[in-house]
Amino acid sequence: MSYDVATIRAEFPILARQVRGRPLVYLDSAASAQKPACVIEAEAAVYRDEYANIHRGAYMFSERTTARYEAARETVRRFLNAADKREVVFTRNATEAINLVAATWGRANLGEGDEILVTELEHHANIVPWQMLAQETGAVLRPVPVGDDGRFLMDAFEDALGPRTRLVAVAHMSNVLGTVLPVAEIAKRARDAGAAVLIDGAQAVCHAAVDVQAIGCDFYVFSGHKLYGPTGIGALYGRRELLEAMPPYQGGGDMIRQVSFAGTTWAPPPAKFEAGTPAIAQAIALGAAIDYVEGLGLAAIAAHEHDLLTHATQRLSAIPGLRIHGTAPGKGAVISFTLDDAHPHDIATVLDRHGVAVRAGHHCAQPLMDRLGVPATARASFGLYNTREEVEALAGALEKVEEMFRR
Amino acid sequence: MSLMDDDLRDLYQEVILDHGKRPRNFRHPEDANHQARGHNPLCGDQLVVYLKTDDAGTVVDAAFQGRGCAISTASASLMTEVVMGKSEAQARALFEAVHRMATGEDEVPTPPEGLEDDFDRLMVLSGVREYPARVKCATLAWHTMTAALNDEEEATTE
Repeated sequence: MSYDVATIRAEFPILARQVRGRPLVYLDSAASAQKPACVIEAEAAVYRDEYANIHRGAYMFSERTTARYEAARETVRRFLNAADKREVVFTRNATEAINLVAATWGRANLGEGDEILVTELEHHANIVPWQMLAQETGAVLRPVPVGDDGRFLMDAFEDALGPRTRLVAVAHMSNVLGTVLPVAEIAKRARDAGAAVLIDGAQAVCHAAVDVQAIGCDFYVFSGHKLYGPTGIGALYGRRELLEAMPPYQGGGDMIRQVSFAGTTWAPPPAKFEAGTPAIAQAIALGAAIDYVEGLGLAAIAAHEHDLLTHATQRLSAIPGLRIHGTAPGKGAVISFTLDDAHPHDIATVLDRHGVAVRAGHHCAQPLMDRLGVPATARASFGLYNTREEVEALAGALEKVEEMFRR
Repeated sequence: MSLMDDDLRDLYQEVILDHGKRPRNFRHPEDANHQARGHNPLCGDQLVVYLKTDDAGTVVDAAFQGRGCAISTASASLMTEVVMGKSEAQARALFEAVHRMATGEDEVPTPPEGLEDDFDRLMVLSGVREYPARVKCATLAWHTMTAALNDEEEATTE
């Protein structure tokens, strides 16, 4: 079946809305994706039909809600091709998942002089938790340089990888440049060097199928809201031996085996890392979001987005003074750009008046902005529901911007 | 022009575009006796405001340097023109009035007494009231000027 974007768009209620009297042209899915009706409905249905807290409720609604929450965990397992559903921990988002690993595995395994490798293109979420951990443990955070076009430099990575490297933490896909990193090769080299590997999949999971076993990583994190799911829910994949050995993250209900004032023992993973009542309805709706994208097919989504990216790259490149940041081969559907005479915030404001929603700023990647030598960029990012007409709307509005601010 | 373009023109009036493209007093006066750095952490914009005041507390020179969007650059440029020759107290009063105008705190923007003409020139900045994300662009230079008068090193819009 061919990819029918009109039918797909009809499943997203918000895409029928108008902005300032014009159809919404939503080009900010890399920040957060819009939600199909089936996801909105799945979340509402939890509260409407049979809501109760999960675990230990010896009554029907609690048992059913527990079963659906755990079924969502199985859906995430299948989505990531993890070997065991106990390797899937629900978190608030990718950021919390990284912080969880830093606070538990990191504190237990890193010491003075140990090294954590990241790249220059990381989101702050994959920099700051490691900086905090380094400050606490005396470990050293080392950024691996990226190429001028945003590509990952395997040579530079291999140079940086050394006997003190304990952890390699890299993005699967850059939220600014769209660069897709060769995570399986990175993981292989890291593990050969005796380092653990964490992949920040926040941007990648919505664009291509992920297989954590094929990648060979120890940890993989993502957020539900960028995957057409709800806010407030994300997941951490962790290899079972590591999760077993790691100390807990937060203390509270659900994460214990036995509590007494003399001492407490921990529940096995994943419960050990899920203290307190979790985002139950959001986890269940995340399962619905995964079913939705798998129903469309990640390969079909990727092909559609690639077409939009190719078209947009051509159209935008023709605008005088427009510079695209990030042109690595095989990049994902994100275009960061600057215009010679217009500041990214002015660009975004004028585009907004044309109904076109883009992001402007440092995109939570200030070290990368320094690397690129710009204070900020504007960014258009494409999702499974965007169209060539929307690319035209973007390009047309950008031509107006260029005219307006031309010196 | 379509209605949409009119809306945009409220924000990007010719004066704003002109001062944004060709900022006045965009220089570093060697004899400045007050200066402060302004930073908008939201967008990474940075500028430095330089002031020279005489013994009577009159602003005898005002200038700035830095990088920013059209609105923050135009606001800084207009500010340097307007505060030149004013007393410190008048410059502070203009800051207060611009701040109230830009944030929409004053439903009808009110000029400081005796500074009606100057305030009138600054009314081109009032378009940001319709753009909450851009209010700080218009006020950054003014916060920075106030910091300079207070001999503080840095102002941020946060």
